[in-house]
Amino acid sequence: MPSVRTKEFIPRASEAINNPTIQKSLGRLSNFRQGRAESIEEFGQERWEEHKKRAQEIKHETMEHLDHYLDMLSTNVERAGGHVFFAHDTQEANDYVAGVARANDVKIVIKSKSMVSEEMGIADVLESMGIEPVETDLGEYIIQLAKEAPYHIIAPALHKSKEEVSELFERILGTPAESDITALAAIARKVLREKFLQADMGMTGVNFGVAETGTIVMVTNEGNGRMSSSLPRVHVATMGMERVIPKLSDLSTFLPLLTRSATGQRITSYVSFATGPRRSDEEDGPEAFHLVILDNGRSNMLADPQLREALYCIRCGACLNACPVYSKVGGHAYGWVYPGPIGAVVTPSLVGVPIAKDLPFASTLCGACREVCPLNIDLPRMLLKLRSDATEGPKGTKKANRVESMVMRGWRMAVSGPRMFTMAGKVAAILQWPLSRNRFLRRLPPPLSGWTKSRDFPKVAAKPFRSRWAAMALPPRKEGSDGD
Amino acid sequence: MAARKVSLFVTCMVDQFYPEIGEATVRLLRHLGVEVDFPADQTCCGQVALNSGYRSHAVAVARRFVDVFRDSEMIVAPSGSCVTTVFTHFPELLHEFPELADEVESLRNRTFELTQYLVDVLGVEEVGASLPKSTRVAYHDCCHALRDLGVASQPRQLLQSVEGIELVELTDCTNCCGFGGTFAVKYSEISTAILNEKLRHVEASGADILTAVDASCLMHMGGAMRRQKMRARPMHIAELLASGLPGGADA
Repeated sequence: MPSVRTKEFIPRASEAINNPTIQKSLGRLSNFRQGRAESIEEFGQERWEEHKKRAQEIKHETMEHLDHYLDMLSTNVERAGGHVFFAHDTQEANDYVAGVARANDVKIVIKSKSMVSEEMGIADVLESMGIEPVETDLGEYIIQLAKEAPYHIIAPALHKSKEEVSELFERILGTPAESDITALAAIARKVLREKFLQADMGMTGVNFGVAETGTIVMVTNEGNGRMSSSLPRVHVATMGMERVIPKLSDLSTFLPLLTRSATGQRITSYVSFATGPRRSDEEDGPEAFHLVILDNGRSNMLADPQLREALYCIRCGACLNACPVYSKVGGHAYGWVYPGPIGAVVTPSLVGVPIAKDLPFASTLCGACREVCPLNIDLPRMLLKLRSDATEGPKGTKKANRVESMVMRGWRMAVSGPRMFTMAGKVAAILQWPLSRNRFLRRLPPPLSGWTKSRDFPKVAAKPFRSRWAAMALPPRKEGSDGD
Repeated sequence: MAARKVSLFVTCMVDQFYPEIGEATVRLLRHLGVEVDFPADQTCCGQVALNSGYRSHAVAVARRFVDVFRDSEMIVAPSGSCVTTVFTHFPELLHEFPELADEVESLRNRTFELTQYLVDVLGVEEVGASLPKSTRVAYHDCCHALRDLGVASQPRQLLQSVEGIELVELTDCTNCCGFGGTFAVKYSEISTAILNEKLRHVEASGADILTAVDASCLMHMGGAMRRQKMRARPMHIAELLASGLPGGADA
């Protein structure tokens, strides 16, 4: 598993906010937002809502009977001649993949984009065995060269400018500087083509695992998923256990939701289906096919009715694009594999709330994520649940702040009745008196100083509404404001 | 005919920081023929505790809210966010009191944000206000009002009915202002980055007044507008509408 850097959320967010190149790159998220909006309009809002509803129903049915559908998937993959391995955690998954590589005397592995393989950190494992892992999605290839983590679920190198990519290629591949994106892509294509031809093993992700047929479905734009799954001798696919869908026909519901939510495309350039290895009457395809199905904490989410629906996620990335926080802090601040609103729910659930406490709290709860989610996942409500786990939850999830707990207890007393409330207002009015001469406070002491760094704060009114009500209770009579 | 008697839930923030908004709300409602009472025992909806993760406190305060407003026919608040706590979160917060389930369900469906009440319940098309000179007003969509309550056209309709108001739309008007309660304090730098983008759109709109249905978002944006000495000034929609009523701002 890659290192968890969720505790560095605040400094890494700050770094992104103060980096003009990154802010410019994040500005490009508006293209995704616009593409999504236009393609849904084209699709028809009503039809879109119907698809969403159907997708939710299918996911609900699948999660209610996940063991059944995973069993069906596994049986059908094996029937087609493939092998299936259920991994409890990333260690088990990595050990299995390493074993397959060793048994097949693998030297080079070509990989197409897979978030689960990032979760496993398989590239590092292979490298430590002397095997060369090569990312073949252009964005993934760029960040592999830069030794970074993906920035966005569907656009891993979103944060890199073309100048940075050119400089990276120059430094690592020794190619001449290029300012043209097509020329840069051509450089990568040339290098990767060689690797495609040399590789002994291909690794892919799985967008959908179809239970009734034992088929894995890969949705890509570059065709590298198809190459990785068909060219080398061995194909290893990795999937989170929630990626299963019951029927092949369910794809007609999910594919438009995925591609239109993600990039605004009607369909991606490639949608590839793989059912087991090459059959005896087929000319192409791998000799062996392995499917690794990863749990790694997902069972805990499944068991929690308040988090279960997060497993409905089809990884379209729309919530990242819509999120005001992600749009400023970018992907690396989230410190693990999954960034943005879905990451703020999934990461604490998988790595533990105490070390990822910032993630559920660093949200304005604006609800934009829920609004764009093609599965209607109520992410804000889940963030609230994780917040409550962090402050009041059982041992192991709790990581409360003592000062804050005291303040909240004080608040609780203050709102316990009108007399206490009025008194609290009066106390505040006295405390603020030396701080300012007018109606605003320019500087507050910690922990409230965060506010006044960039914003004035209003003073408590000399006479609260409840004290003014008596004068208003008899309508309507002319009276002056008390001019505080 | 729609009910014409409401209880004002003034919200803790308006009560303590912006009592003028509460007064304007009362004036506006009365002008439109609504009888207003103010249950004196009210304090807060509990949102601050809920959002900070102190769920047990939020439960207690929500429980209290039900007691205070039990006998109110309709409840109106000059805030979309506090109404959202009642509308969206009370059923879940109070699920451990099954004996209250029916009451909570009824309560959440008779609690309204001010403009939502005026337009959707009362059927008001115009408030009968006019401003002395032409004023450019930008309406900011507060997130909870917009996404939980569906408040978007109601405030715009009321604003457009005021003679002298030229309503302008902000670019990306549905983007959050970066407030988020304690988020604005704990994650000040992120909050400010989101806020500054919003303020650039306010500036570009050429608005004289930035209005919204929530005092909290306006406190946030207004606090920075004041700090940056921006030309536009923040004004809650109740105050803005009431200021154009016969009798004027200090009626």
